[in-house]
Amino acid sequence: MAGIPHDHYEPNSNGEKWLHSRLPIVGLLYDTLMIPTPKNLNWMWIWGIVLTFTLVLQIVTGIVLVMHYVPHVDMAFQSVEHIMRNVNGGHMIRYFHMNGASLFFFAVYLHIFRGLYYGSYKAPREVTWIIGMLIYVLMMGTAFMGYVLPWGQMSFHGTAVITGLFGAIPFIGESVQVWLLGTPNGAIDQPALNRFFSLHYLLPFVIAGLVAVHIWAFHTTGNNNPTGVEVRRTSKEDAAKDTLPFWPYFVIKDLFALGIIMALFMAVVGFMPNYLGHPDNYIPANPLATPSHIVPEWYFLPFYAILRAFDQEVWLVIAVNWLSFGIIDAKFFGVIAMFGAIVVMALAPWLDTSSVRSGRYRPMFKWWFWLLVVDFIVLMWVGARPAEGIYPYIALLGSTYWFAYFLVILPLLGVIEKPMTPPATIEDDFNAHYAPDDAGSTTLAKPAE
Amino acid sequence: MFRKLTLTAATALALTTGQAMAAEVETHIEDFAFSFEGPFGSYDQMQLQRGLQVYTEICSACHGMELIPFRTLHDEGGPALPEDQVRAYAEGFEIFDPTLFDGEGDFRPATPADHFPASSLSNAPDLSLMAKARAGFHGPYGTGISQFVNGMGGAEYIASLLTGYEEEPECALEGEPMDGYYNVAFAAGGFPDSCKDDHGKHKVPGSWISMAPPLYGDDVDYADGHSTELHHVAEDVSAFLMWTAEPKMMARKQAGLTGVIFLTVLSVLLYLTNKRLWAPHKKKKH
Repeated sequence: MAGIPHDHYEPNSNGEKWLHSRLPIVGLLYDTLMIPTPKNLNWMWIWGIVLTFTLVLQIVTGIVLVMHYVPHVDMAFQSVEHIMRNVNGGHMIRYFHMNGASLFFFAVYLHIFRGLYYGSYKAPREVTWIIGMLIYVLMMGTAFMGYVLPWGQMSFHGTAVITGLFGAIPFIGESVQVWLLGTPNGAIDQPALNRFFSLHYLLPFVIAGLVAVHIWAFHTTGNNNPTGVEVRRTSKEDAAKDTLPFWPYFVIKDLFALGIIMALFMAVVGFMPNYLGHPDNYIPANPLATPSHIVPEWYFLPFYAILRAFDQEVWLVIAVNWLSFGIIDAKFFGVIAMFGAIVVMALAPWLDTSSVRSGRYRPMFKWWFWLLVVDFIVLMWVGARPAEGIYPYIALLGSTYWFAYFLVILPLLGVIEKPMTPPATIEDDFNAHYAPDDAGSTTLAKPAE
Repeated sequence: MFRKLTLTAATALALTTGQAMAAEVETHIEDFAFSFEGPFGSYDQMQLQRGLQVYTEICSACHGMELIPFRTLHDEGGPALPEDQVRAYAEGFEIFDPTLFDGEGDFRPATPADHFPASSLSNAPDLSLMAKARAGFHGPYGTGISQFVNGMGGAEYIASLLTGYEEEPECALEGEPMDGYYNVAFAAGGFPDSCKDDHGKHKVPGSWISMAPPLYGDDVDYADGHSTELHHVAEDVSAFLMWTAEPKMMARKQAGLTGVIFLTVLSVLLYLTNKRLWAPHKKKKH
């Protein structure tokens, strides 16, 4: 593996040499696990492990759930209740899976905002960032289709709303909707349930593959770190002053963090498993009774708020509608805005013009970044509120800021902001907090007493 | 029996209440102190048995519980009736068995392996999951704080609904007479225009529900001598419906507690390991 200079795996015994010349798998695992990692990583660099663990948790619990679930419109709801009541430990497995989705998004949002603050998306890590965004989009698709499977009221009517979004695309929308739902008249029925079930089982493995590529990409460039300063690659000795091997230093650190997160997760699953869900999904799907508020799961709310923010009273929507000869109506505009909100985030590497990577050394950027965090939370809250009274204005304001941050503020800040000078090396940053490292790597060889 | 019939008839008569649902209808949900609230709360076995009695004698006239197998009445952490009582109880219900009578099907007494019958009335919702399906009052401002802090959920809603029947407010008498019954805990029912202000905002809480008041107090005779005041009977049956919706709650909380303790101990050990591992590299500055 290219990247930071470090010791590579050397096969010793004849058996190792035999295998290594045929399949260098031990070497691959060794290099992956022993990768030199900036030693100044802080606690915001734990979410990758949490996410990997959560992906495995979701796949394992999901596979067990599939053993008992029946993807049929007349039986799906009952089969979920069968899991909750009759399957040994089934209620725990399902609650793990259900809340696991929330943990997944909780972690991914912190992971993404970590990247946004410390400039992890900037060159040379654009590919890592883009793949991460792809994973995120697939996660949203997977989570949405998983939510459909219990075939409750929110499953059903949520499907109507989300597939209806695709129906808003001009010219091809109706065909896309038919293709998504599998019924000629746009009815949400057995074909939709079956294909969502199929894709809900498939996509996690696609995500797992992309996660491998995501890790491959940042193992090639090396991790970013809170200073945003690159590890020295001039020699192995220089690199060793900036880094420590991933095993054991970061594995143990990440496992400790994971232990705490899992304790909190266990408390949610054990004591309030339905808190983050919507009660209406405990009512079997009924096409004839539409719930008064159709609210997506909490992790979709910021983008749902952006979708609803651009109604036909916004001047921009009116202008675009007029300029496009009515092709882009308010509904389609909302859809473009929702997907656009993710696209502008994915384009951050090319929109951010600052020469300094980490937000730690960017005095103006900090303020705008934290405003973006607040904006995200406000959008999440307003997305769950009915679209009436003052709420649409808040949503519009929040959505505007989201786009302004990426399209206006990030490019401008690089020009007008005067950043501070980051430390010359990671070692300097580390030594600013701790006494110089004279122990070296000798302690590594010493096993625990 | 007479009561069941009248209830059925009354409800069947009051079928069509409007579906119009204003965005935010104010409702009065009382915070009952249920024994199963909080991380350490558990079901009160005697209360579940009393609630089962209320369900059997009153609710089951109209409502079904098709997701609940009779055998679970014997389960630990539930009403935990003795097996012979469960068998005898099940026999009190007739269910349709499609395998009988040469495949034409016939009715037979239920066994513990059968489920409670479904309702035969289209407008009487199944009660199996009601306590989880009606937990949605995430106040204030949708933040869910009342649920998080006070443990308010579907059981509170059901108990509030059962005790929430009140005299029709004066404004309702001005306009057309309303179908149904005025209930301060019910949000999804019809509402007279004469009780709305100029902006369409409701002047009184709740709305009109099709279901006739099912409980008045002293509706049942409890063998354990517990009070049969309306408030208590409503509380008992709500607790029972919480159990039908979440029968594994006790096992879940136990698993949650064990898991939290185990993971906390593991985290402490990992913290110490981590601290020791990094100690040579993270010396205190002199």
